[in-house]
Amino acid sequence: MNGGPRLFSILRQGPYLIASIHTALDDSQLVRFQQDLVERIGSDRARGVVIDVAALDVLDSFASRTLRDIGEMARLRGAVTVIVGIQPDVAFAMVELGMDTGRVVTALDLEEGLAELDSYVAAPPAPRR
Amino acid sequence: MSRYEDSSVTVAPTGATGDLDGDTLLPQLVAHLREHRTRLRQEWVGRIQEAHLLQAMTTQEMSAETTLVYDNYVEVLETGSVEALQHYARDLSERIIPRGVETHEVVGIVLLLRDVLARSLFEKYQRDFALLNRVLDAYEPAANRIANTVAVSFVEERERVIRQQQDSIRELSTPVLPVRERLLILPIIGVLDRERARQLTVQLLGGIRTHRAKVVVVDITGVPDVDESVANHLVRTVDASRLMGASVIITGLSPEIAQTLVTIGVDLSKMNTIGDLQGGLEEAERLLGYAVSREDGNGGP
Repeated sequence: MNGGPRLFSILRQGPYLIASIHTALDDSQLVRFQQDLVERIGSDRARGVVIDVAALDVLDSFASRTLRDIGEMARLRGAVTVIVGIQPDVAFAMVELGMDTGRVVTALDLEEGLAELDSYVAAPPAPRR
Repeated sequence: MSRYEDSSVTVAPTGATGDLDGDTLLPQLVAHLREHRTRLRQEWVGRIQEAHLLQAMTTQEMSAETTLVYDNYVEVLETGSVEALQHYARDLSERIIPRGVETHEVVGIVLLLRDVLARSLFEKYQRDFALLNRVLDAYEPAANRIANTVAVSFVEERERVIRQQQDSIRELSTPVLPVRERLLILPIIGVLDRERARQLTVQLLGGIRTHRAKVVVVDITGVPDVDESVANHLVRTVDASRLMGASVIITGLSPEIAQTLVTIGVDLSKMNTIGDLQGGLEEAERLLGYAVSREDGNGGP
């Protein structure tokens, strides 16, 4: 693990992981985020992941590619990924720059993202709150 | 013949063959035009009707306007100042533009008047060729200036009207209407230019966030046509909405817009389009209802 404070948090919520990015991450922090998250999917036996990017007002090409990669890796490890909280400006900038967010599932906010996961992961015992 | 090279109103008096010098030429000309005012005006109106110009006007209007134009015309010849004419031309344009009078008609009638008057001068002075030349030297530049002034005033007025209309189109904001919970409608009416397309994106993406919309129906029945950049912008907006977790249904695509989208090769697989607003709303409700019933089935009461 590389040093410095973590600029993201990964919380467990029932069968899901909620990963929040708190501030703009540089490339090495993004890599660390990716490693941590993919590892946690296995150790927590998560069925779904919500990545919350609401705090970000820019998302560069490396970041959006990393998010897409995480989605792919998570799928290989048996979890569905939903990205939530993309700001209007960020959304348009991403499309404008032709960033391929491919098959990544997106939702408005955390609540929506969890609902989306519920519909994807046909897990009969819905998360108890 | 260096005397005639200078096309300004005053002609060098040296060796003048006529009994008039440059200063008295124009007043005499004006007096002649005033004297035969009725006959020349009638001739002019005849020529206008012959050329099928200004058909949007009634005979009375035509008679009133032509009298005014004639008097203004002669006045400009007399004083050399186009200010009053400019004012009148602008005023006239304001009245006739809404009635669909075209630029070529306005320019046409002024050129006809120029022609009618020139012919009458020709008739009057044809015996003295040198004098005729000098009269035309005085008349032509002034007449050209008048034609120029009228045409420019008309076009300026038209442009002003166009600008005003563009502003009012822009001011018509793009309304974002919540019709059901999580369902928005954006009716777009009028020409969608680049600026309005940008505004639409801001309203749409902002609306998705504030209303927590899941489905947005964008109705473009009222949009006549789009150009390539606007079409691309529309597709990107749909894409960006998807990133925010909302699906966009576009309704009311005109045949022209459909053609544009296909011709420029936009990736249409991401676009959900439905023929009319009614169908779009039904589809949106189906989308929303479907989600609700599934949630109920899974973990509902």
